[in-house]
Amino acid sequence: MKVSMKKFASVTGATALAIWSLISSSSAWADYQLNMHVPVTEAGRRAYDLHNDISLICLAIFIIVFGVLAYSLIFHRKSKGHKAADFHEHLGVEIAWTVIPSIILVLIAIPSTTTLMEMKDTSEPAITVKVTGYQWKWGYDYLKGEGEGIKFLSVLATPKDQIHNKAEKSPSYMMEVDNPLVVPVNTKIRILTTANDVIHAWAVPAFAVKQDAVPGFIRDTWFKAEKEGTYVGQCSELCGKDHGYMPIVVKVVSAGEYSTWVDEQKKKAASNVDDPNKVWTLDESMVRGEKVYNTACASCHGANGQGIPGTFPALDGSKIAKQAKNKAAHIDIVLHGKAGTAMQAFGGQLSDTDIATVVTYERNAWGNKTGDVIQPADIKAVR
Amino acid sequence: MAHEHAIGGHAGHDDHEHHGPPSGIMRWITTTNHKDIGSMYLWFSFIMFLVGGAMALVIRAELFQPGLQVVSPDFFNQMITLHALIMVFGAIMPAFVGFSNWMIPLQIGAPDMAFARMNNWSFWILPVASFLLILSMFVPGGAPGTGWTLYPPLSVQQGMGMDLAIFGIHLLGMSSIMGGINIITTILNMRAPGMTLMKMPMFCWTWLITAFLLIASMPVLAGAVTMLLTDRHFGTTFFNAAGGGDPVLFQHIFWFFGHPEVYIIALPAFGVISQVIPAFSRKPIFGYASMVYAIAAIAIISFFVWAHHMYVTGIPLTGQLYFMYATMIIAVPTGVKVFNWVATMWKGSLSFETPMLFALGFLFLFTLGGFSGLVLAITAVDILLQETYYVIAHFHYVMVAGAVFSAYAGAYYWLPKWTGYMYDETLGKWHFWLTLIFFNMTFFVQHFLGLAGMPRRVPDYALQFTEFNMISSIGAFGLGISQLLFLYIVLKARKSGKKVDAQVWDGAEGLEWTVPSPAPYHTFETPPVFEGGKH
Repeated sequence: MKVSMKKFASVTGATALAIWSLISSSSAWADYQLNMHVPVTEAGRRAYDLHNDISLICLAIFIIVFGVLAYSLIFHRKSKGHKAADFHEHLGVEIAWTVIPSIILVLIAIPSTTTLMEMKDTSEPAITVKVTGYQWKWGYDYLKGEGEGIKFLSVLATPKDQIHNKAEKSPSYMMEVDNPLVVPVNTKIRILTTANDVIHAWAVPAFAVKQDAVPGFIRDTWFKAEKEGTYVGQCSELCGKDHGYMPIVVKVVSAGEYSTWVDEQKKKAASNVDDPNKVWTLDESMVRGEKVYNTACASCHGANGQGIPGTFPALDGSKIAKQAKNKAAHIDIVLHGKAGTAMQAFGGQLSDTDIATVVTYERNAWGNKTGDVIQPADIKAVR
Repeated sequence: MAHEHAIGGHAGHDDHEHHGPPSGIMRWITTTNHKDIGSMYLWFSFIMFLVGGAMALVIRAELFQPGLQVVSPDFFNQMITLHALIMVFGAIMPAFVGFSNWMIPLQIGAPDMAFARMNNWSFWILPVASFLLILSMFVPGGAPGTGWTLYPPLSVQQGMGMDLAIFGIHLLGMSSIMGGINIITTILNMRAPGMTLMKMPMFCWTWLITAFLLIASMPVLAGAVTMLLTDRHFGTTFFNAAGGGDPVLFQHIFWFFGHPEVYIIALPAFGVISQVIPAFSRKPIFGYASMVYAIAAIAIISFFVWAHHMYVTGIPLTGQLYFMYATMIIAVPTGVKVFNWVATMWKGSLSFETPMLFALGFLFLFTLGGFSGLVLAITAVDILLQETYYVIAHFHYVMVAGAVFSAYAGAYYWLPKWTGYMYDETLGKWHFWLTLIFFNMTFFVQHFLGLAGMPRRVPDYALQFTEFNMISSIGAFGLGISQLLFLYIVLKARKSGKKVDAQVWDGAEGLEWTVPSPAPYHTFETPPVFEGGKH
């Protein structure tokens, strides 16, 4: 037994050494972050301090209790000849260790209550933004305050090649989006959350904000960031396949920069309006449709229209996308979704032009060479 | 020892040839013997422990590095769901039901469980239910990718794997309820003369209360998943706002089951620890009565704290405050238990055989899990930590340390009684130390990941989380492989272990140590007279 134990020990030692060298050779030592980020909001800092204080209280109790235990483990051993005492109750001690923890808990409860009340106070915001969770992206809708009327979708910007390890990962891997939420510094922002399909959760640790987005209901939360910068978070409620790939990026900018941004967005929105009566050719539709497809459809149905067998149907060669008689059904399912499945209604997210071109794209891409061209007017007619 | 239980009557008859077990596979299929059924539960749970563990290793393999290397995000979600369901319902719960089957009749001096045929039935439902859960991986769409919490509307979107899981959960619930009824009836009606409730071994007390929790909470889960089933297939809209329902309603129902479920797992673990620590301290348990009251208090309060799992769903401020206070209160009786165990060891005559090591490991890790639980109870802090790896770390400290460590403590403690053979003490200690070290390597670092903001249930992560994930994954593989050592130790004990006497441990007390080792097929056909139990 002894020999094999020695061997075992040396094998374990060698493994440990190998693991250690593996870890220490990896480049980013600075990334061993042991505590929370310090939040950049007042309410967040209070929660952060609360966490540190409670953790220290726990540590103190732990040291006392396990100090007593350690004493016992060292000095009350049978191998040292210690004889067992006979006591098995002591009223005073038992009352003490019921009452003292209760007092500590009350002391913890007081700051916990006041902090929470502050975090829940969403009254009198300067700007209100509605956040909608979609599988798997975020929609932002500036409802009130400066920037009112701006709305856009925010999708992961990390290229697929990085996710599938075919390209080197950038430092902002998985923490980058095409259109971040932009808000001014030192301004109370109220966030209303809701969802289009399943429950999501909008979370930014630096603001100490996390709020579920429940389909069919509106919830709210708020923050007032005190420092300019870019802050990131992630969807924090499991929402299906790409739950891990719908980050939240918030850019906090100065009041001046924010006003400039608002103007840009308004101009962009004005110039981006499609002529609803335009007649699109097949080639034009294919170019526009592919773009729409890649942001709205490809995460489930695949870049090549192959879907995921058993979970998400293929579009390449599918009855709906290929047969002439199903043209109306094809438009309908894109507009209104399919109840009880992950196929959501895109009517609310995409313009008539987007829907027309993406349906055209799906009916002509890959092996689906139907030749059908759908026009924005066709969509408007069935909305 | 002055206070040793005085046991009267006779220990057990091993001379009833006409009651011997039938041979072959039919012995196991038709058996109504609590020892056979207990053994089947224990073997079954260990197999499921390995299956669920293998799934955890798939998860940890994917998380070893950022990017997708091993599985697709879809399959990753299936793994997190099945890992949890199999570990909770297939491994941990059956393990403790196995202990209860073996030990409750032996500890209270009863010949068998009250409803012996129902006992057989509640076991044999289990493999079928687990088969359904595993089968769901192989149907179109695969197993549910919702996490074990099965939140709608996501669970309404799932394929037929979800229906198999719902049916599996129904069966598991039936099995648990029948087990609960059996345990309550046995404990309340079949105790040896002289064994009043307040003289009962602590393990029986914990199971008596757990059985009530089972009966009260499993039907709630069954109701929740049935509503899910009708929402999926029969046009109801319990959880669909478009039809007047509310997705969050499911969470309320689920956690009204889910929080007591935590204590269904933890209380029998407390029971095992309360047997093992006094035995190796050679001193009676400190504060027996306060232990019983603490367990009862924990069980009752566990029904009033469910929404602390739902702080960020949008419950009102008053709701958040109430659930925060209620949750904090649980810390008091839980603390009392820890203090009692420490006081039991104080001025004892301690020795550190493998069961005691696992009990100490339990105490250490469970207390840590309790502290992180207190941190999470504070709503303002929980908003930062909810749905992050901090929560994963917390409940693995409570579940793995709470349930698995105490199950091992119990297994090493009673194995010689069950088999008649001593396990290899050196290997047992190796098993303990490897498990302890790799457990902490896997889960301690996850606190840091959660504090830094890494969400749970993601197959991929930002680069800043890489190092701790690597450490955690390496720990997980070590932890998994170390558990095979236990299988080897058990098989080795049966093959070449030293034979043991009735009184295996010099400090152990209770009726189970009055029957020979291995415990004969039939014991206590005439009730023993129990005279001891001065607590």
